Amino acid sequence: MRVVLAEDLFLLRDGLVRLLEAYGFTIVAAVESGPELAKALAELEPDVAVVDVRLPPSHTDEGLQCALAARRARPGLPVLVLSQHVEQLYARELLADGTGGVGYLLKDRVFDADQFIDAVRRVAAGGTAMDPQVISQLLSRRAQDRPLARLTPREVEVMELMAQGRSNGAIAAQLTVTERAVAKHTSNIFGKLELPVSDDDNRRVLAVLAYLDRG
Amino acid sequence: MNATTARAAAIAGAQGLALALMALTGSIILFVLTVVSLALVVAGVGVFTTPVVLRLVRAHADFRRRLAGQWGAEPIPARYRPLPRDARTGVTGQVERCVHMLRDPATWRDVQWLFVDLTAGAVVAVLGPGLFAQGLFGLLLVMGLWVPIVSAGGTHWFTFVPVDSWSTAGAAAMVGAGLIGIGIKVNPLLVRTHFRIAGSMLAPSRAELAQRIGRLTETRHDALDSSAAELRRIERDLHDGAQARLVAVGMNLSTVEALIERDPAQARELLAQARATSAEALVELRDLVRGIHPPVLAERGLGDGVKALALRLPLRTEVDVELSGRVDAPVESAAYFAVSEALANAVKHSGADRIWVDITHADGSLRIAVTDNGRGGASLTAGSGLSGVERRLGTFDGVLAVSSPVGGPTMVTMEIPCELF
Repeated sequence: MRVVLAEDLFLLRDGLVRLLEAYGFTIVAAVESGPELAKALAELEPDVAVVDVRLPPSHTDEGLQCALAARRARPGLPVLVLSQHVEQLYARELLADGTGGVGYLLKDRVFDADQFIDAVRRVAAGGTAMDPQVISQLLSRRAQDRPLARLTPREVEVMELMAQGRSNGAIAAQLTVTERAVAKHTSNIFGKLELPVSDDDNRRVLAVLAYLDRG
Repeated sequence: MNATTARAAAIAGAQGLALALMALTGSIILFVLTVVSLALVVAGVGVFTTPVVLRLVRAHADFRRRLAGQWGAEPIPARYRPLPRDARTGVTGQVERCVHMLRDPATWRDVQWLFVDLTAGAVVAVLGPGLFAQGLFGLLLVMGLWVPIVSAGGTHWFTFVPVDSWSTAGAAAMVGAGLIGIGIKVNPLLVRTHFRIAGSMLAPSRAELAQRIGRLTETRHDALDSSAAELRRIERDLHDGAQARLVAVGMNLSTVEALIERDPAQARELLAQARATSAEALVELRDLVRGIHPPVLAERGLGDGVKALALRLPLRTEVDVELSGRVDAPVESAAYFAVSEALANAVKHSGADRIWVDITHADGSLRIAVTDNGRGGASLTAGSGLSGVERRLGTFDGVLAVSSPVGGPTMVTMEIPCELF
């Protein structure tokens, strides 16, 4: 799988290159600035881009802006955005086009290599990878939400993992329950939140995220 | 004499004429209105008319201040006391506004200036174009204009020359040319003199400057105090937090090094612990950074910084930002933390379920209003978070006002003078 990587700090860039290569990814470009990233995304057509939000020369959200621009030029271009901090505001912008193939994670998540690599693969395949912090922020804002209050604690757990973009199989493994049990929870959640049921994993994730971000 | 001097003199002449017109129309009318309105304060009506009239006077004076800068004289600083933004509506608010304006020494300087402007100011301003006009008239006399004038009304006195023949008309023309020559020399000086007179009336007095210095010293102390306290807090947080955790990680790793052959199981456990500790250190650093300078503020500026902040609140918060640029980083940061404190107050104490934040920039000031629909009763008493905000904004000459009648709503307004760029 061909990856474009943008990270300005040498230590982190180097570490990410090693990590991704160890899991069999091909790094077609590892760049350190916004303009270089824009060029690489336009010319190299990677399978997935792993991008730091803050990049030189402006040291503002240049990486995020590059990623958003590249996705406007090539809708659905898989982008995994990494940052030292996660903001619902940025998550909303990444999800706005509703096409999926988006990830937004804290850099700390690299600590768990397996999960991180799983997130990269999921995004590359057109899925979603949202940081648990984004989800918990969304949930704490919806504390007054009545349909959400009707969910059982287990269902909330399942929904959190689903909103992060995990598949039923992964959720089942994490909660040590069967996939069938997860499927049942999922259909309960969709029923209680009055969301349209869909067989497509990714569409389900986006529906839940949209529900949580509403209002 | 070259073309540039002549041009400068002609421009100065035109400026003088314009200034004289302003003085003889605007200043006279406003002076009369002010006097009448002040007299009517006793009758009660003046309370309503005075703020309106004084606002016109300020606009008139501000225009002259601006012209001073644009027309090559020393710029004249304006220093009015900011109007309280939370003034009550209705009659009481009107009285408050009136009293506030009358207490401002700048108001009285304006009124004095109006009088000086319509007398001395006007005379000085009209002198330049007057010299030109009189000189030109002299030249016209010698071209034959003296004939109809003299035949209609006898000898005509041009300045000090009695004109009754071609030869005396010639003398008048020479005097006229002289006047124009003088005009060319002194015109720019006259315009500058006009502005100097205006400046001496309109600029803040020595006592006010001393007061201002006192205020600056005070706010500077506050700023230094609070930044020193802030640095101490950051040092302590780093020392007891991230720093200590990194030491623990290092220790764990060196133990792992020793154990890896002998007891791999325990080594693995320690490795997991090291990873967990470094993750905790990261969380602490992230919180610390957010408290020093929030990342979104650095990346996107005040508007999105506050929007991101609002998204973290448990209450429904609408943020409305109308800024056409960014403000200076220190002001941005102060404004952000001020809003943050106001929001935290609203969340903690107001019992509100909705909050509105409005951020705009108008008349050279950043204006922020944080309103909630809670129970009200908030105040600016010493020791409250808001009084800290007030001090912090003071460093930037910013002001904070709280309007919070019992029963709500609460509105915290802030105003910080600054430029957008």
